[in-house]
Amino acid sequence: MSARLQAADVAVGAELPEQTHRVTRADLVRYAGASGDLNPIHWSDRVATGVGLPGVIAHGMLTMGLTVRAVTDWAGDPGAVVEYQVRFGRPVVVPDDDTGAEVTVRGKVGQVLDGGRVRVDLTVTSGGEKVLSLARATVALA
Amino acid sequence: MALDAGLVGRSYPPSAVYEVGRAKIAEFAAAVGAGDPVHTDPEAARALGHPDVVAPPTFAIVVTLGAADVVLADPDVALDYSRVVHGEQRFTHHRPIRAGDRLVSTTTIEAVRSVAGNDLLTTRVDVATEDGEAVCTATSMLVARGTA
Repeated sequence: MSARLQAADVAVGAELPEQTHRVTRADLVRYAGASGDLNPIHWSDRVATGVGLPGVIAHGMLTMGLTVRAVTDWAGDPGAVVEYQVRFGRPVVVPDDDTGAEVTVRGKVGQVLDGGRVRVDLTVTSGGEKVLSLARATVALA
Repeated sequence: MALDAGLVGRSYPPSAVYEVGRAKIAEFAAAVGAGDPVHTDPEAARALGHPDVVAPPTFAIVVTLGAADVVLADPDVALDYSRVVHGEQRFTHHRPIRAGDRLVSTTTIEAVRSVAGNDLLTTRVDVATEDGEAVCTATSMLVARGTA
């Protein structure tokens, strides 16, 4: 277990350790089951292409869930996240192979607020394209 | 078709109680690759001051997704669901969701807009314990892509 980060150790502009996640079709099936979001655009190429998508795409909420790990791993406590928001800009297309798609997460401290709260601004890309925008999390540190 | 601006502020009756289990938190944590023992080991959670295992920050979607179905079932909400995509999501955590919580969700339509032929619907789900302790507020913006 990682130690909890202290607010006193955080400065605006500090960069969080970068994370890269690999997302395969199996991950989409697992997330569909765990979340209860059974929308077929996340597992059926037939349905996905039928509604104009390039193929099966990852649940936006899966990308959102993977992304915040950069913040919770850094803060040392997933319970420290008090605010988390994203805008889903571009879908993460997940091919039907063993490689899947890669999602890369970079984070930077955007603001140090009162009461030990820190806002982290996140940049999330897949295949070199930004997939989330206005992605930010606020953590309450000790 | 455009959504009726009169829908803004419409609130729906509270959901049935959702009881948060340790196994569900562990299952969800595995699905988002969150390996922190605070999600699976009550001792690790207690070491950080939590009374029981805590859920990952986006777990609230499991609770609120079903609650927000009342909006989709409302005949006054004329959205073409085959064309709906998730536009934005925000969670405000008043405290972490943890195993043993008995949660009730109340859904409110917060905004409706039409932008470039797309219908935008924003809903807010207020999640509280049965006893009325505020736990989380989840705000979702859905986009029904226009056919024009």
